[in-house]
Amino acid sequence: MQKHRLAPWLMPALLPAVLLLCVCAGSVSVPPGQTLDLLWRGLWGLPLPEGSAAAIVLRVRLPRVLCVALTGASLSLCGAAMQGLLRNPLADGSTLGVSSGASLGAVLAMAFGLSVPGLPYAGTMGMAMVFAFLSLALILTLAFGLDRSLATHSIILIGVIFSMFATALTSLVISFAGEKVKSITFWTMGSLSGVNYTQAGVLAGFLAVCGGVIFRCREELNAFAMGEENAWHIGVNVRRVKLVLLMTVSVLIGACVSVGGSIGFVGLVTPHMARMVVGPNHRRLLPASLCAGAVFLMLADLLARTIVRPVELPIGVVTSLVGAVVFVVIFLGTRKGGAPC
Amino acid sequence: MLTVEHLTVRYGDFTAVSDVSFRLEAGQWLMLCGPNGAGKSSLLGALSLRVPSAGRLLMLGQDLRTMKPAERARRIAVLAQRNSAAYAYTVEELVRLGRYAHRKGWLAAGADPEGEEKVEKALAAAGLTEYRRTSLLALSGGELQRAFLAQVLAQDPCLLLLDEPVNHLDLRYQRQLLDLVAAWAAEKPGRAVLAAVHDLSLALRYGTHALLLQSGRAAGCGTPAEVLTPERLHSVWGMDVAGWMRDLAEPWQRD
Repeated sequence: MQKHRLAPWLMPALLPAVLLLCVCAGSVSVPPGQTLDLLWRGLWGLPLPEGSAAAIVLRVRLPRVLCVALTGASLSLCGAAMQGLLRNPLADGSTLGVSSGASLGAVLAMAFGLSVPGLPYAGTMGMAMVFAFLSLALILTLAFGLDRSLATHSIILIGVIFSMFATALTSLVISFAGEKVKSITFWTMGSLSGVNYTQAGVLAGFLAVCGGVIFRCREELNAFAMGEENAWHIGVNVRRVKLVLLMTVSVLIGACVSVGGSIGFVGLVTPHMARMVVGPNHRRLLPASLCAGAVFLMLADLLARTIVRPVELPIGVVTSLVGAVVFVVIFLGTRKGGAPC
Repeated sequence: MLTVEHLTVRYGDFTAVSDVSFRLEAGQWLMLCGPNGAGKSSLLGALSLRVPSAGRLLMLGQDLRTMKPAERARRIAVLAQRNSAAYAYTVEELVRLGRYAHRKGWLAAGADPEGEEKVEKALAAAGLTEYRRTSLLALSGGELQRAFLAQVLAQDPCLLLLDEPVNHLDLRYQRQLLDLVAAWAAEKPGRAVLAAVHDLSLALRYGTHALLLQSGRAAGCGTPAEVLTPERLHSVWGMDVAGWMRDLAEPWQRD
C-alpha cells in the first residue's frame, strides 16, 4: 500500500540534510557553510584552514556521524528483514536477543583480549557475529520446539528470556574483567563516541555486502511475510533462503554491536515508520528502512550528545526510551489482529 | 499425471497415512474424503512435500522429490485451509507473488513474459480486479481466500491441491470458490484438481473421482457414486451418514 507517490523519495532526501545537521551541531556548533567547505576540502585533500573547527568536523564528528548512520541503516535493515522473514512485526535484534548474544561474544573477546593479528577489530567482531548467529539459531530452535507455528508472541518471549540470560552472563564476564570494567560497561550501553574512519569503512563494507544479499532476497521476504507455508508452495527454497538471511542478519548485527555496543530497538522502530510511508513490499521497504534507520540514529545520537551537555548519554539509552514506547504501541496493535500498518 | 504408490506418512510411532496408492489423470477432480484424523491433510502435506513420506511420487513421469522448489511450484499449486495476512500487502502484490517460480534469471524481477497477462487473468477470474489495490487486512475471510486462490491461478500449475478450501466460508463463498476451481479445471486440457473436503455433498457435486480414507488407509477409490455409497459411509463414519444428510435437507424438499 503506497500512500503517496513522492513518499519513497522523502527519506533519501532527508539523509544528507540530517547528516549535515549532525556534523554542524554539538557542544561547539560550526556554521553549515563552513562545515560544507571543510567537508569539501577534506574530501579532496585540499589544505585545511587554521582553527579547531577543522579538527572537530573532520576528526571527531564526521567519523562518528558516519558510523552512527551506517549502524542505524544496518540495524534497521536487519529489523525489516527479520520482521518479514519471521512474519513478526515485533522482531528485531534487541527483542529476539540477538544483540545481547552478540554483546556477550564481543565482551568475551574484549575481556580475554582475543584478537586476530593484523586485522584490527576482527576478534570482537568475529566473536560478536558467531554469538549473534548462535543466539538466533538457539532462540528459533527453542521457539519452534515450543510452538510449531512460530507465533508472534512466543518467539518474543523466548527472545526476552534469552536476552536476560545473555545479559547476566555478560555482567558475569565483566565482573572478572579487572581494569577494563569501565570501558566495557560503557560500551555495552551502546555508544559510538570515539570511533574512527577505519570502523566506518568496515561498517560500510559489511552493509554493502549484507545489504546486497538482503535486497537480493526481497521477493522471498515478501513471500515469507505472507507466511512460510505459502512461500514453500509458490516455490521459494525455504530452507536455503532462511539460512542465508539469518546468517546475513547475524553478521550485520554482529558487526554493528562490536563497533557501537548494543543499541536497542532501532530495527523495531524504523521499519515500522518506513512501512507506514511506503507499505510492506520489501522492494520499497528495505531501501526506506535503510534511510530511516540512518536518519533516526543520527538524530538520536545528536540528542544523546547535546541534551544534557556537557554530559554525554549513551545512544542506546535514547533509542531504548523511544523504542520501548513504540514496542508497546505495536504490541497492542498485533493483539487486535494484524500489524497496525 | 500424478502417480502415488505405497505412500506412507509417519510422525514418530504414529502412522498417519499407510500404503496408499492412486493415479490422478488430467481432467479429473479427485475428492479426498474421510473422518477427522483419517490422514487427508497428511496425504496432501506429503504431496506438497511439506511432510516427509515414503513411497513413490511421480508427477508427469518425474520423481516429485528430486524437483527443485521452483520446478515443483510451476506444476503444483496449493491452496491452504486457512490463510491470513500479517501485513498490509495489496491483493495485486499477493497475486503477483504467484509468478515467483516462473521468473527467470538472477534478478528477482527477472523475465516473465507471460506474467502480466496471467496476473490480470487471475484477478479477473477471482473477481478481484477492482480490489487490486485493497489491503489484505481489509478483506473478509471469503475475499481473502479468493485472493489466495487468485495467487494460485496466477501460478498456472497443472495440478491444484486444495486442503479443506471452503471450511470456514459461508455458503455463498463456498459455491463461488468451488465454481471458480471447476471453471479453471475445465478451461484447458491437462489440468487436474485434488481436494480434501469434509462436506460429502460437495464431493458428490464437484468430484469426478473420490478417494475414501479410513485411519490412514484407502477404503475405496473410484467415481464418487461408486465410493461414497450409504453402506460404505456407514461403516467408515460409524453412523448413518446418508440418512443424516437426507434429514438435513428434508425441510427444503419440494413435493
